[in-house]
Amino acid sequence: MYDGGKIIPGLIIFLLIITYPFYTNIGKPVAEIKPDLKTPEIERLEVKECVEPKAFMRAEHMKLLNEWRDSAVRDGNRVYINSKGKNYQISLQKTCLRCHSNRDKFCKVCHTYAGVKPYCWNCHFAKQEGKG
Amino acid sequence: MAKTAKPPKPEELSKIDYRPPRTHWMDTPVQFKEGTFCYASRPKYLEEVDFPNAREWSSADEDWKLPDNWKEILLEGIKDRLKKYRSFQLFMDICVRCGACADKCHFFLGSGDPKNMPVLRAELIRSVYRKYFTLGGKLFGKRAGARELTYDVFKEWWYYFFQCTECRRCSVFCPYGIDTAEITMMGRELINLLGCNTDWIMGPVANCYKKGNHLGLEPHTIKMNIEMMCDDIEEITGIRIEPTFNRKGAEILFVTPSGDLFGMPGIYTCMGYLMLFHELGLDYTWSTYASEGGNFGFFTSNEMAKRLYYKIYAEAKRLGVKWILGGECGHMWRLVHQYLDTWHGPADFLEVPKSPITGTVFEHAKSTKMVHVVEFTADLIRHGKLNLDPSRNDHLRVTFHDSCNTSRGMGIFEEPRYIIKHVCNHFYEMPEDTIREKTFCCGSGSGLNAGENMELRMRGGFPRANAVKYVHEKHGVNMLANICAIDRAALTTLMQYWVPQVDVCGVHELVGNALVMKGEKKRTQDLRLEDLPGVEEETEEEGE
Amino acid sequence: MGMLFSLVVVVALILIALFGVKVIGLQFLFGVIIPYIAVLTFIFGMLYRVLKWSRSPVPFHIPTTCGQQKSLSWIKHSKIENPAGTLGVIIRMALEIFLFRSLFRNLKSDLRDGRLVYGSDKWLWLAGLAFHVSFFTVFIRHLRFFANPVPKFLNVIDSIDGFLQVGVPHLLITGVLLLLAALYLFIRRVYIPQVRYISLPADYFPLFLIIAIASTGILMRYFTKVDIVKVKTLTMGLASLHPHIPDGIGAIFFVHLFLVSVLFTYFPFSKLVHMGGVFLSPTRNLANNSRMKRHVNPWNYPVKVHTYEEYEEEFREKMKSADIPVEKE
Repeated sequence: MYDGGKIIPGLIIFLLIITYPFYTNIGKPVAEIKPDLKTPEIERLEVKECVEPKAFMRAEHMKLLNEWRDSAVRDGNRVYINSKGKNYQISLQKTCLRCHSNRDKFCKVCHTYAGVKPYCWNCHFAKQEGKG
Repeated sequence: MAKTAKPPKPEELSKIDYRPPRTHWMDTPVQFKEGTFCYASRPKYLEEVDFPNAREWSSADEDWKLPDNWKEILLEGIKDRLKKYRSFQLFMDICVRCGACADKCHFFLGSGDPKNMPVLRAELIRSVYRKYFTLGGKLFGKRAGARELTYDVFKEWWYYFFQCTECRRCSVFCPYGIDTAEITMMGRELINLLGCNTDWIMGPVANCYKKGNHLGLEPHTIKMNIEMMCDDIEEITGIRIEPTFNRKGAEILFVTPSGDLFGMPGIYTCMGYLMLFHELGLDYTWSTYASEGGNFGFFTSNEMAKRLYYKIYAEAKRLGVKWILGGECGHMWRLVHQYLDTWHGPADFLEVPKSPITGTVFEHAKSTKMVHVVEFTADLIRHGKLNLDPSRNDHLRVTFHDSCNTSRGMGIFEEPRYIIKHVCNHFYEMPEDTIREKTFCCGSGSGLNAGENMELRMRGGFPRANAVKYVHEKHGVNMLANICAIDRAALTTLMQYWVPQVDVCGVHELVGNALVMKGEKKRTQDLRLEDLPGVEEETEEEGE
Repeated sequence: MGMLFSLVVVVALILIALFGVKVIGLQFLFGVIIPYIAVLTFIFGMLYRVLKWSRSPVPFHIPTTCGQQKSLSWIKHSKIENPAGTLGVIIRMALEIFLFRSLFRNLKSDLRDGRLVYGSDKWLWLAGLAFHVSFFTVFIRHLRFFANPVPKFLNVIDSIDGFLQVGVPHLLITGVLLLLAALYLFIRRVYIPQVRYISLPADYFPLFLIIAIASTGILMRYFTKVDIVKVKTLTMGLASLHPHIPDGIGAIFFVHLFLVSVLFTYFPFSKLVHMGGVFLSPTRNLANNSRMKRHVNPWNYPVKVHTYEEYEEEFREKMKSADIPVEKE
């Protein structure tokens, strides 16, 4: 008894699962994901720089935001001194979002792409449309 | 030849060191310890069934007189079996060595020898498989768990594949169901290719092939033995039973292991069958040709097992019976249940078994057409067809040993218990982890019950004896009932060694004791011709 | 034996990837070529393995029965532990595959003053289950790197897995559990003398490899971060067969990817094939109905037998004198 009638379908299921990434993407162009930096506030900046260097912000912004939250909410400290010694007010809405006023085109693009659901917006702008 | 090597005292034997040795198992050479292995087969037995390499040799010798190309024969044998048995190929590949099986083996529990852990028993052969049949083993050798097949490795196989009773307890616990019985069977087939069988297995095989049964009882002897039992039955009950032999046109052919025809306590079980069938007026016959339910061929090779089991259907066809009833036996029922139909079926010349007494159709045996006698008897009791007096077994406090093969290769748990509870008033179970699918082997199954193998058998039976001892001390159990001919012989020896206060019997001996037969005289003796306590002899009353 | 060897191999693998990426700059090799080879080896290796098994037939019907057989109608049949039909087998197999039924039976035996005692021992079952469930979940979670947009069910899995809402990014329980369970399995393997005795390099190596994979994954997620958008650009490139390596992905990512590639390549040639093998185990996937339905052995061949005629020939006179009927007078 060889059970081909059970083994072959089993193998096909295995193949369908394991090759899922390929047959769903093959031929599709790889999407270029770029957060949009064109806001009026950024346009107005003379030196276009964030609180920390770009590469750091791309990889570690969530960590920084977390520290900011703890610092502001738990310790009442609202001043952030960055790696260059420059002072910033610790505030998501007044500092971050003042420049990056386009949440949907800035935050949400990457978060959606990477399948990430931060809980920033549970408190900030909770009632409004955009979560990202 | 059948000298008994005396094992050490129980107190010494039960001191078991489970710590593995310091040396790696591949670097620990096998040591043949007296009392833990069987004698080599005499050449005449091999010749009688055309097995290869028949010669005088001894398993204790340095030189086993193997053919020059022994290595090629073994490797070719492995290759062949990997292609024929998915179990073998799969079980060579998927073990993860989690060790769940380790302390499930009665031989490991009784000996502490790490090569008796099922996982390591399999690695004995798996390591060779890796060396010759896998890329990793070929490339990386020992680092990949592979080793050369050497003369010593072959001897190690021989030693340890005759320290496994194919009981399948490990397979219950293995997360992938790896069954060491399958591996041991393959190991023994390979051993068989070089003619290195044991005498205790080959003797019965050769006997069974030509004479019809393991004990080599010739037709007139079978009849005589059974008639002597009938004499005893007459003495006990006053009823003369006249069973028939090789009778054409009987409704049922009865096949039981020949152990029931010779020696104690097997014959008491047989007397139980005889009394039961007589009382029912069953239209059945014995056969002197198909006079063996067991199959020691299975302990050499699949082919030999098939050759021996040819007789059952052939005889049923010749005699023109409607169906076959099988006696109490362990490995017989594994084979009848899982192999017989595949080997020699379809048995379309038979009818679906139907109890002539109750009308019950045994649907679960509709293809093989063979019913287990405890299924048959349980059905009778359920339908109130038997007049039973369980108080005749009141001097017995009974526990039940589930035989490995009927437990893990069939699942016959409730039928014997149902019978025992109706024919005895005192029944006690052994601890839960030692019964049913978790039952422990008698330690002497699969052809290991030789006299020269005594220490090994007492070690292998240690867990079973331990559980019996527990119920003996707790409940005063003095009788160990079972449904296996090897158990009846092996457990008797085991009990004498570990728990001498406990005796061994078949379930149908208990039935025979309790069965109230039409026209019987007042019973003062049990089937063992021992006085029933508390029952006075009628003659004494008359004498006064 | 084998433990140190396996550890050295895994450390060497990590160093090879670090060296290759950081010093020589072989990002394309480690990020594209090796992963492709690994996936192909895994797929074809597993197919080869399973097809090889399937070419060997199951000649006999050998389920291991762990409960009451189906026999007389009034005896309660154990439908799952001793199934008599397909449905029972499916349930039995499902319990085996998803809940490790057999391992759940595990007992530990102990010899005390000449007495054997048995106790339930569920730790191996628990750790084994935690390990496999975690591994599977982690594997599925990683599909988010191979789908754009990310399917809803992956977001759901992520939010369940991260329900503790500890830290940013959320701590995913299965990642940590995977690491802890693998560590437990390793410690157990070393600690129990019998298990250590039977262990081969092939037992330590996958454990170390998986521990290293889980560790680099956890490092990347919570400690030395990598630019996740760039990582996904790379993985999406792999999936759509337009491989491309964006600049600026940390070396740790390549180490992680390389270790996973090694695991994929190693998988079909190792004991890890039990993933497929468990489905084929004839002691589990057969119904105990061999007396009801004939099981056919494809290589069943005629054998030499001793017929009744030959038997009677030998014993005719003895049979006659004992009044046993014979065919030929």
